[in-house]
Amino acid sequence: MLPESNCLKMTGFKEMKKNLILLIILLMALPLQAKTVETVLDNGMKIIVREDHRAPVVASQVWYRIGSNYEYDGITGVSHVLEHMMFKGTKSLKPGEFSEIIAANGGTDNAFTFHDFTGYHQKIASDRLEICLKLEADRMRNVIFLQQEFDKEVAVVREERRMRVDNKPRSQLFEQFYATAFLSSPKRIPVIGWMGDLENMEMQDAADWYKLWYAPNNATLVVVGDVQSDEVIRLAKKYFSELKPSIIKPPKLRPEIPQMGERRINLVGQTASPYLIMGYKTPVLTADKESIKDVYALDVLGAILDGGNSARIARNMLRGDEIAVEAGTSYDPFDRLAGLFLFAGTPNKGVSPEQLEKAFIKEIKELQTSPVSVQELARVKAQVIASKVFERDSMFYTGMQIGMLDSAGHDWRLMDHYVDDIRNITAADIQRVAKQYFDPDQLTVATLWPQQDSK
Amino acid sequence: MSIPMKRIVLSLLLLVISQTALALDIQSWDTANGVKVLFVESHDLPMIDVRLAFKAGSSRDGEKFGISSLVNGLLVEGSGAHTAENIANQFESVGAELGHDSLRDMAWVSLRSLSETTLWESVVDLFAQVAAQPSFPQDAIDRDRQAMLISLSNRKKEIGDVAEDAFYQNLYEGHAYEVGKHGTASTLQALSRQDLVKFHADYYVGSNATLAVVGDLTLAQAKRYAEQLTRYLKPGQPATPIPPALMAEHGKTVNIEFKTTQSHIMQGLPVLSRNDPDYYALYLGNHILGGSGFSSRLMQEIRENRGLSYSVYSYFVPMETSGPFQMALQTSNNQVEQAAQLLQQMLVDFIADGPKASEIEHAKKNITGGFPLKIDSNKKIVEYLSLIGFYDLALDYLDRFNANILAVTAEDIKDAFKRRVKPDQIIRVIVGEPS
Repeated sequence: MLPESNCLKMTGFKEMKKNLILLIILLMALPLQAKTVETVLDNGMKIIVREDHRAPVVASQVWYRIGSNYEYDGITGVSHVLEHMMFKGTKSLKPGEFSEIIAANGGTDNAFTFHDFTGYHQKIASDRLEICLKLEADRMRNVIFLQQEFDKEVAVVREERRMRVDNKPRSQLFEQFYATAFLSSPKRIPVIGWMGDLENMEMQDAADWYKLWYAPNNATLVVVGDVQSDEVIRLAKKYFSELKPSIIKPPKLRPEIPQMGERRINLVGQTASPYLIMGYKTPVLTADKESIKDVYALDVLGAILDGGNSARIARNMLRGDEIAVEAGTSYDPFDRLAGLFLFAGTPNKGVSPEQLEKAFIKEIKELQTSPVSVQELARVKAQVIASKVFERDSMFYTGMQIGMLDSAGHDWRLMDHYVDDIRNITAADIQRVAKQYFDPDQLTVATLWPQQDSK
Repeated sequence: MSIPMKRIVLSLLLLVISQTALALDIQSWDTANGVKVLFVESHDLPMIDVRLAFKAGSSRDGEKFGISSLVNGLLVEGSGAHTAENIANQFESVGAELGHDSLRDMAWVSLRSLSETTLWESVVDLFAQVAAQPSFPQDAIDRDRQAMLISLSNRKKEIGDVAEDAFYQNLYEGHAYEVGKHGTASTLQALSRQDLVKFHADYYVGSNATLAVVGDLTLAQAKRYAEQLTRYLKPGQPATPIPPALMAEHGKTVNIEFKTTQSHIMQGLPVLSRNDPDYYALYLGNHILGGSGFSSRLMQEIRENRGLSYSVYSYFVPMETSGPFQMALQTSNNQVEQAAQLLQQMLVDFIADGPKASEIEHAKKNITGGFPLKIDSNKKIVEYLSLIGFYDLALDYLDRFNANILAVTAEDIKDAFKRRVKPDQIIRVIVGEPS
């Protein structure tokens, strides 16, 4: 079925196997588990420090376990609005003063909100870490909400939404796709919130949300950089340990109701070419040890399809049959709530979205009926091993990985044995999960169509 | 809560001192075929970053708009006897990452690989072939051309792209920077394989190239591999300098109708080259005006005080010649007039009055204190090396950066802005729906 591959002429199987063995030996010789220390303060706040002495800088990140997956109808977007308000002053700081102090010390600071977490980060010369910790401890408990500041900031967020979503038909498609695929799970809620909810949002909504979720026992401090871990822990204790914990009531689970057949939406928007998204309900990593086999098999399957220019989608769909001008997959095994394995792309000129969908289905069928080749599996494993080395080049990214895993309820240490877990995945595992999860009844499809007479 | 002044001054001093120790040890030499090499040895991680840059960006397109980008993309679609498949397989089977892209000035090919000898050496020669010996298969040409045409038609429906394209068109009418790498539909359609072969033969040559290497190699190894990575490049000729762009005599506002609830405003002038003597004064001044995120004047007034836009900024894009000074924001259609006036007034005021002493002090602290963040990863270092080599900056450019910033005075900034940024010659693009 697949176009004949030339790859064996270049890189024979023997050579590939030799490469993989080399990679594995290299991996074992590496101090991959850079020194990382975790401790929990008496008030429940977690501190994770990873030392990296390559440059005299530090990435400091405070993570709160709160995001759009904790929200409900009527207050969607409140986690993100609150993130904006965290820069608008505390009992002892004027609005904007937080960032001014960081800037005066040569640092950069920002924040991010996502489904499972809200994070605040600084990058700064490592001898200035104390300033960050002092300021973060202050705003964990002492933010003041001023009406005038809130009114301006919520207007800014509405402009942000217009820029990020309302002016981008593909973003609108993704938003409505998720709201179609998920009916009862909060996965349907966009991080930035629905415009109607942003228009009706009141300051008290943000203030209540702050009171409910911002506490040391719902936070993790992640520090990566040119620091000594015991010194970081001493400083963290100095500033955070006096903060009182709250009673944090975990949100109701709101599991997604079983999907009972395919769902499909069509949008018409200001676009020149159509765009297609397909998503199958898939699990995420849970406390259940068995889940690791399925989610990592799906992870590897994603790389078989989309892990580079030699992967199947590039080979068969971008080149090969020239079905698409861009196409790819996406799957996140580490989210807190079960999600989707996505296929998305832009059809080539003269190709309809239906034909693109068929081409994706053809790739799925191939995975279900034939085991992936040894070479493909070796390629993916080589890429995983190499990327584990490459990603250590960025302290910020290392911190993000630790924080994301921790915020979703995972042990961050799993990133250190990720390579081993991936190496255990077999061709049979991949075929099994392809059959199990790419079930037509669990599919949601969204298509964006160009307007006929748009400007 | 405020931090005592004394401490900041003290730690600033410490930082300046500690930075001398931080200096990058850049080694530089030329290969036999004339490629300028810049190398930094770093053994902390078992990996190597390579970036091979050519003066082969869209400013070299001539009348064949889009050719530079098409050529750059086709490098990985076939080389010598290797198919796209072969190339991708060979890099990816050892976990190496092959990259490529182009801008107005620069086009490049990059490689990130583990440094283990067998793995690394298995990709060195192929990298050299990819840069120097593209085979330009006709099916790949047609496929990539088609993808560019589709992406071009999508750009016309994306408001941010429409604003940016119109900005450059109006600032650089008739100049090499007018049309970016996306090209135009008619010129893309007219490109022949022969055109591509010629463009590559003219510009992807040793004397027009800079090779940046960072990572787990000794100097002796780097010298050997630099030859190997560039061995198939013909010496060729360096590209001719790009003539400067002239400022329009009179400013203007270009309105483009676009169905939307939020309009984009983008305005500016052609101003700055990489080697410009006003570089540091303009850089520091702009940091205060709109280049430093939340502490900048534009962000404070337009976002923080008035809630008019999520993002507002100004910056200079230093290029080989006359890179743009660019200011931009996005706001609801009914606030466009107010926001556009405010943006222009803030520029006029800044030029007339210059920055305050406290603003300069704050900006200097931010820039010099943040210096270590500029070079805290191999990726950032290899990009800087590439920039330094490409634009012929001094090898101690980074080492002297802080001293150059600290030497700028309020008078320098005021003077440089007065001479170089003329508010009545500003070109303004507004994309949106008049309310």
